[in-house]
Amino acid sequence: MEKILVCIKRVIDYNVKIRVKPDETGVVTEGVKMSINPFDEIALEEALRIKESGDASEVIVVSIGPDDSQQQLRTGLAMGADRAVLIKHDEEIEPLTVAKALSEIVEKEKPGLILMGKQAIDDDCSQTGQILAQLCSIPQATFVSQVSIDGDTATVVREIDQGLETLEIDLPAIITTDLRLNEPRYVKLPDIMKAKKKTLDVIESSEMETDFSSSIEVISVTPPPPRESGVMVEDVDQLFTALKEKGLMS
Amino acid sequence: MSKVLIVADHFDGSLLTSTSKAVNCATEISEDIDILVLEKDSIISPQASKIDSVKNVLSISDEAFEHPIASSMAPVVAEIANDYDCILLPSTTFGRDLAPRISAILDVNQVTDIMSVEGPRLFKRPIYAGNAIQTIKVAEDKKILATVRTASFKELGNSNNANVIDTDMPTVEIPSHTKYGGVQSEKTERPDLQVASTVISGGRGVGSAENFELLYELADKLGASVGASRAAVDAGFVPNDMQVGQTGKIIAPELYFALGISGAIQHIAGIKDAGTIVAVNKDADAPIFEIADIGIVADLFEFIPELISKID
Repeated sequence: MEKILVCIKRVIDYNVKIRVKPDETGVVTEGVKMSINPFDEIALEEALRIKESGDASEVIVVSIGPDDSQQQLRTGLAMGADRAVLIKHDEEIEPLTVAKALSEIVEKEKPGLILMGKQAIDDDCSQTGQILAQLCSIPQATFVSQVSIDGDTATVVREIDQGLETLEIDLPAIITTDLRLNEPRYVKLPDIMKAKKKTLDVIESSEMETDFSSSIEVISVTPPPPRESGVMVEDVDQLFTALKEKGLMS
Repeated sequence: MSKVLIVADHFDGSLLTSTSKAVNCATEISEDIDILVLEKDSIISPQASKIDSVKNVLSISDEAFEHPIASSMAPVVAEIANDYDCILLPSTTFGRDLAPRISAILDVNQVTDIMSVEGPRLFKRPIYAGNAIQTIKVAEDKKILATVRTASFKELGNSNNANVIDTDMPTVEIPSHTKYGGVQSEKTERPDLQVASTVISGGRGVGSAENFELLYELADKLGASVGASRAAVDAGFVPNDMQVGQTGKIIAPELYFALGISGAIQHIAGIKDAGTIVAVNKDADAPIFEIADIGIVADLFEFIPELISKID
């Protein structure tokens, strides 16, 4: 295939402790380390491996978000993507809107394969890939832990609740990636320098056909109910007593 | 009153309890609840008709539903959904795979992972792996389409006898671009991490892959599943399908043992909803003790064998 499109999202780094804003409008992002959504990073790694094995000639990374998302796209370029596209939009948007905007990019670029993470670790929605697949009338394989490309089809293994499911899908298709698929490469300094010269196109969301409004309103964001403070015990016997008090052991 | 449609989750001839949990969520929205069963033969529909609070079971039997292919089911669900105000699916891999395709066809925003119903159109859902809770409202003039977080709702009783209505396959186009190649179930005798009521997890403190055998032994005594922290996975002690945490599996067992796990943020995100957390670590300052319900400062290799020997 000619092109692989990889969709990445800028999210709070997975190692950062999430703090809810006192006014309950969201979580604190000021001064917080941001990264590529870890599942999207796995998607990008897979795309690069497919290209390196000779099954694709170009890897394009795309993101939707504020201007700062250019940092994550640059990281994607440093990992090895050939060029990047940012759909610049400052407000938070729902997956349906994201997928509609991405479908405009798909229509323009006509990739043979679209890869993205199975979910973003901020809103945990796990919707965008599937919506995009339906909007483009193409197959989907979600939660994927193995991919092999064979001409116009792909054979994938999905991690479902009951075990490992195998699907054979016609290309073009959308694959959403799970943790076990691969281990993303580390970016080396020379690659970061090289990435600065690669193309990064910015499209204003207002220039797109997609309607960026939403029918879901976020009323509040609050911290989860705190856990009651625990007790320390001295030995196994005291542990048994404590568990029995909670009705957890007979 | 609004009409609710639940899409049944089933596997290998059995209705899954996740369906009943989704019905339980629906009872907080309406009393008018139907289940849609898409299957090859009418095996699942009678099982669905037993779930308490269900009014009708719409049964569509068709070759297209021999296997749960989301692209085949979505156009059918979307067609049936015309007569309903609210469509719910369990937030299992089945529901998460299928629901967004319905969202695309109906052109309505989907709510993922309802954890509580606060009003007819007001829901709570976890974000950041449960580190924050979002309260959201679905616009009045829109259908509600949502997945239901199964850990938040209990299974209902099975003493109902709802109407089973054999329903014609709607005339929609079923794509042929996806071929099913079977499911390989994990060979382990231990319960699945996501459904086990007790989970034993090990961290870097376990020290080696060989030492994990002790955890398996303890797990088998308790009928528990075994998980691991990212540190243990990164150290190569266990495969990464055992990883519990924000980027691994998010679980909510009744009883959770964190053995030799320091308690990194990303691990805690995966176990926040556990009923009781027992932490064992030789480092008294390990952050895991801040969230544990019961903590013991001890050497794992003395503690675990003693625990095993004292379980009947």
